[in-house]
Amino acid sequence: MIKVQQLSKHFCDVKAVDEISFEVAEHENLILLGTSGSGKTTMLKMINRLIEPTGGKIEIEGKNIMDQQPEILRRGIGYVLQNNGLFPHYTVAENIAVVPQLLKWDKKKTEKRVGELLEKLHLSKDHLHAYPNELSGGQQQRVGLARALVADPAVLLMDEPFGALDNVTRSKIHAEFKALDELKRKTIIMVTHDVQEAFELGDRICLMDQGRIVQNGTPAELLFKPKNKFVKDFLKEQRLNLEFKSVKLSDVWQWLARQTAKGDVVLSADLSLWAGMEHFRFKEKDVVNIRHGGINEMRSAGFEQLMSAFYQYKKQQSHE
Amino acid sequence: MNEQQQTLWGFMRQESGKLAEQTVQHIGLTFISLLIAVLVGLPLGIFISRRKRFSGAVLGVAGVLQTIPSIALLGFMIPILGIGPKPAIAALLLYALLPIIRNTFTGITGVDPAVKEAALAMGMNKQQILLKVELPLAMPVIFAGIRTATVITVGVATLASYIAAGGLGEFIFGGISLNNTNMILAGAIPAALLAILFDFLLSRLQKLNIKKLKKVTASLPVLLVVLSSFYFIPSAYGSKLKAGFTPEFMGRRDGDLGLQSKYGLKIRTVVISDAVMYKAAYEKQLDVISGYSTDGRLKAYDLVVLKDDKGIFPPYYAAPIIRENSLKKFVSLEKILNLLAGRINDSVMTALNYRTDYLHLSPEQVAKDFLVQQKLWKPAQTANPDSVVRIGSKIFGEQYILANIYSMLIKGNSHYDVSTKTGLGGTKICFDALANDQIDFYPEYTGTGLLAILQAPAAVTDRLSTSPDAVYQYVAQEFDKKHNIKWLKPIGFNNAYALMMRRKQAEKLNIKTISDLKRYLETR
Repeated sequence: MIKVQQLSKHFCDVKAVDEISFEVAEHENLILLGTSGSGKTTMLKMINRLIEPTGGKIEIEGKNIMDQQPEILRRGIGYVLQNNGLFPHYTVAENIAVVPQLLKWDKKKTEKRVGELLEKLHLSKDHLHAYPNELSGGQQQRVGLARALVADPAVLLMDEPFGALDNVTRSKIHAEFKALDELKRKTIIMVTHDVQEAFELGDRICLMDQGRIVQNGTPAELLFKPKNKFVKDFLKEQRLNLEFKSVKLSDVWQWLARQTAKGDVVLSADLSLWAGMEHFRFKEKDVVNIRHGGINEMRSAGFEQLMSAFYQYKKQQSHE
Repeated sequence: MNEQQQTLWGFMRQESGKLAEQTVQHIGLTFISLLIAVLVGLPLGIFISRRKRFSGAVLGVAGVLQTIPSIALLGFMIPILGIGPKPAIAALLLYALLPIIRNTFTGITGVDPAVKEAALAMGMNKQQILLKVELPLAMPVIFAGIRTATVITVGVATLASYIAAGGLGEFIFGGISLNNTNMILAGAIPAALLAILFDFLLSRLQKLNIKKLKKVTASLPVLLVVLSSFYFIPSAYGSKLKAGFTPEFMGRRDGDLGLQSKYGLKIRTVVISDAVMYKAAYEKQLDVISGYSTDGRLKAYDLVVLKDDKGIFPPYYAAPIIRENSLKKFVSLEKILNLLAGRINDSVMTALNYRTDYLHLSPEQVAKDFLVQQKLWKPAQTANPDSVVRIGSKIFGEQYILANIYSMLIKGNSHYDVSTKTGLGGTKICFDALANDQIDFYPEYTGTGLLAILQAPAAVTDRLSTSPDAVYQYVAQEFDKKHNIKWLKPIGFNNAYALMMRRKQAEKLNIKTISDLKRYLETR
């Protein structure tokens, strides 16, 4: 879908992006993770030509983006900014309708689509005629997302989209983000410096440092097969938390008990260990049933069994 | 009717026609300049916000223009654009430019970069970003600039009357020349009110919320154009010749008022400063002007004086007027000043004026040459710093020369020290300085004393006007009585008002007297 080849961007002598290559598959969610100055934002902005590369090539669906007029290219790519970048002199409705206006949609079509998005993003219709400064930070960010999604672009670029939000709002929006069906049909590249966020939202993570990709892999790969010390150190502080979040119940399937327990709670095996453990804590169940949809099998586990399975899994990973 | 006792309100009511015309002219002048300034300044501001390397140069030049004194700027415009509204508008426009350019630049560069990036990322092109994002967001700042420019322009536009562009300055400068406070206020108060009113209206615009602002922004150009057209409403009635009179002449009984009442002269008239009036006549932008009969430029520009066959211009014999207290303080001063009595006749004065006005010699040089030639020159004696004679003069060449002559005479014939306070504006400023003991003496003219300072009733002026001696006696007596100021002996020349034309034109049309002029204007 998106193919980046030997892409470089030099600002005078500084190599902000240094011969990077990666690919993003259709409907994949790729996270560019790194500290500030790692070149991740520069990388992102070259995809919609907000920044012109010094060398290299980007293809979207096989077409070189340099062959397209930048305005036309950008209208086909959704873009969400950290500080939302909403137009303060436009109402919410006008803000969302910026791209349809540029694409010369008729009024009815625009109205319908704006209403639809508003509903999906849990914004009230009363907000339509409000100005951005009358909304909360979370609401503003949702409007920013709606603006990026309105023309249903195949590609969505997000530059630290939740960076300006407080923790409570952020985790709420994370949950909505994952549940939003619109986003499941998109190829997304998101920039963040927040490790938690990267692991929670990303199908794949490119960990970047000094303009280069240090490791490109799934969250589990980064955790259990780090390429070098840099990757290990980068994840060190939140390691346990991340591990629980990135290991799925299906990954530890072989160590779970075969019999089913009493009780009506059935979890999907696609959930992370972390989500499974939450059921112990809040529902006060000793044992939960887990259904593996792929092989149509049901197993069960108590808290201690789950911990032991996780331990076995880790041992196995480190031996491979 | 004694004007001193007339109230301001009375004056404004009496002159309401003129006041309305001047106000409308003033508004028109302000907004034409403003409109052009916006048309020039806005694109320039946008341009330098795009190409920042030009911003220093453009803002620098606009800043320098702002620092040029307004009168000087008007002066620069005359050789290029002549007199009348064109140079006035050009000068006003240059003054209004800086705040508009600067605020457009600041407004646009101050737009949140995240918003600009969002606009770019949504797929807007440069023009769409400018029109849909940058300009609307910069609008409050740009409005503030236009507001500043408006207030500046309303103020500076009062000076437009110096170069025949009309406006409320006509009353203000006429009033200063005529020692008529009501007249000054009749110009100054409406000008101030206009500035306050426009400032207030624009401040309301600025505070409107974004939604309403969109509509207002659209209507603003229309409003500007409508207000600009005000200037063209009071179009003067046409006549074959065009006259330029000084603000002082316009308001005097022995000036335009006398021409209308005694001669019945009807001519298209513009108000103009005497500094540029002669040149304008020479350059055929004006045909008839109100000059002074001893002015050096009469000779320089080959103009002729029209004979005052009905005797409306009273004699203007020059003589030093001095405070009685000063005469007591400086015992030998009267004798020294009278050394000059009777020494300078009309043609000598014209020649002296010609040397300063046209040959551009310094008044000091001209004064010294004259004294040497008259064998009155003596080198300066040691001065006693405790007894300083303060000499005043009005703001034109002849007075500068006289002040210098007196200064040299005093220094050469006494141990008094001298300080000269030249350039004391018009009659009012000069006389007030004398009356309030800011100066000891200055050269004044009998006619001015009679009409502008004493404001003698019509009965008295009619009785006196033909006889120079009678006028001198009257003013000497009245000044002594009312102001404790003494008229010394006349210097000799009569610097009376006169109507003048180009010699060639006057000869061609066979106009020798003011009555001839009237007859010519009335023939079809």
